[in-house]
Amino acid sequence: MGREDRPVTSTASRESAESAAAHGLVSCLACGLLCRSPAAPGAIRCPRCHACLHPRKPDSIARTWAFLITACILYVPANTLPILETRSLFGSQSNTIMSGVILFWNSGSWFVAALIFFASIVVPLTKLIALALLLISIQRRLAWQPHQRTRLYRLLDFIGRWSMLDIYVTALSVALVQVESLTSMRAGLGAAAFGAVVVLTMLAVQAFDPRLIWDTGNIPEEPNA
Amino acid sequence: MQIEPKPDACRVPTQRKLLACPHCDLLQFEVDLAQHHDAHCARCDAPLYRGTRARLDWMIALTLGSAILFLVSNLFPIAVLKMAGAYNTTTLAGTVLALHHQGRPIVAALMLITAILIPACELGAMIYMLIPLRAGRIAPGVPVCFRFVRAAHPWSMTEVCLLGVLVTLAKLSDMAIIIPGIALWAFAGMIALFAALRASFSVRDFWAWIDALRCAPSTDSGV
Repeated sequence: MGREDRPVTSTASRESAESAAAHGLVSCLACGLLCRSPAAPGAIRCPRCHACLHPRKPDSIARTWAFLITACILYVPANTLPILETRSLFGSQSNTIMSGVILFWNSGSWFVAALIFFASIVVPLTKLIALALLLISIQRRLAWQPHQRTRLYRLLDFIGRWSMLDIYVTALSVALVQVESLTSMRAGLGAAAFGAVVVLTMLAVQAFDPRLIWDTGNIPEEPNA
Repeated sequence: MQIEPKPDACRVPTQRKLLACPHCDLLQFEVDLAQHHDAHCARCDAPLYRGTRARLDWMIALTLGSAILFLVSNLFPIAVLKMAGAYNTTTLAGTVLALHHQGRPIVAALMLITAILIPACELGAMIYMLIPLRAGRIAPGVPVCFRFVRAAHPWSMTEVCLLGVLVTLAKLSDMAIIIPGIALWAFAGMIALFAALRASFSVRDFWAWIDALRCAPSTDSGV
């Protein structure tokens, strides 16, 4: 850890930028082995790790849209329904994600407020918008900024998991704050909706195939039923 | 006994191997790497493969260490909450049960799967693959285990969980007295070791060890 990782460029590949699919080759996404794709369309398996091989992820765009639209629909209850309900001697109070952030901010813990705001609001919104952008740009076959778009995909892949932060905060609060009759916390329906949004956006990013960004000229046909 | 990639391993017929970038499908030649260096795609800069990071012994030590710390972090309470003479405590699994009792099965399942089950299975799979390899054998079902580890990777969120625990403790310390438990320290240590293990795991080296064993004349190995 901590060493500089130098990008290594192989000079031979610079001159002829060609995709493996155009040469009838398939790269295994699990172990990286390059394999020859069969003449007849059909699922083949990697000889080394036995993973299913596809020139491109099957039905990538349709699947990503499906996960993305479901996530968008659930995003509304995730933000409007309470995720944490607190009951104490002084009455009960229910907090949505945003009101929780505001509560933190007003109580002086700015760092925690910023952290939760970033993980629960900025990250999911970024994912929804950026994935929709990537999908539309591919469907319109735009050759626009492929480097930046691939980098965006990698960013989405990296930040996705951190949205789960609020789920863990809710889970532990609920388990710890159960002091008989004094105070108790309950997870609200919003927590379930929010958890579903996080899982669905992660599935959407996994179903998305960044190689389609580079396939603007010749689209290799996907072997599907 | 010793696991070293042999020069005449069966899958390396030529010096220059081709590979394709997983993010942009560019065909390119593999290059030799110095230790602790990564190869990136010539076009889109995606990480392609990593040079040798650590020896197998080092990786096994990290795996066993994180497995022990994982056990400790799941058996002991994470924190104790004291409030007006009453107190309450919970373990990691206790949070799952609490959510379940409150009628939030989805949140409980998410917590159980991402913070407990998947990390446990990932560690188990690593132990299962690496220890026989150290003894010069290939465990049956290595391809399945390998694919499981790769697929489970995005869903094992122990580090996010730790951050969540810290945020919760900071939040609750305003209204009650919070005493961190042993499990919290064990959990932090487990994440550090697990991160080191992931950083030292080179997919390329792993398959090179397996290929070397597969192609070696079977003298004492059972497979």
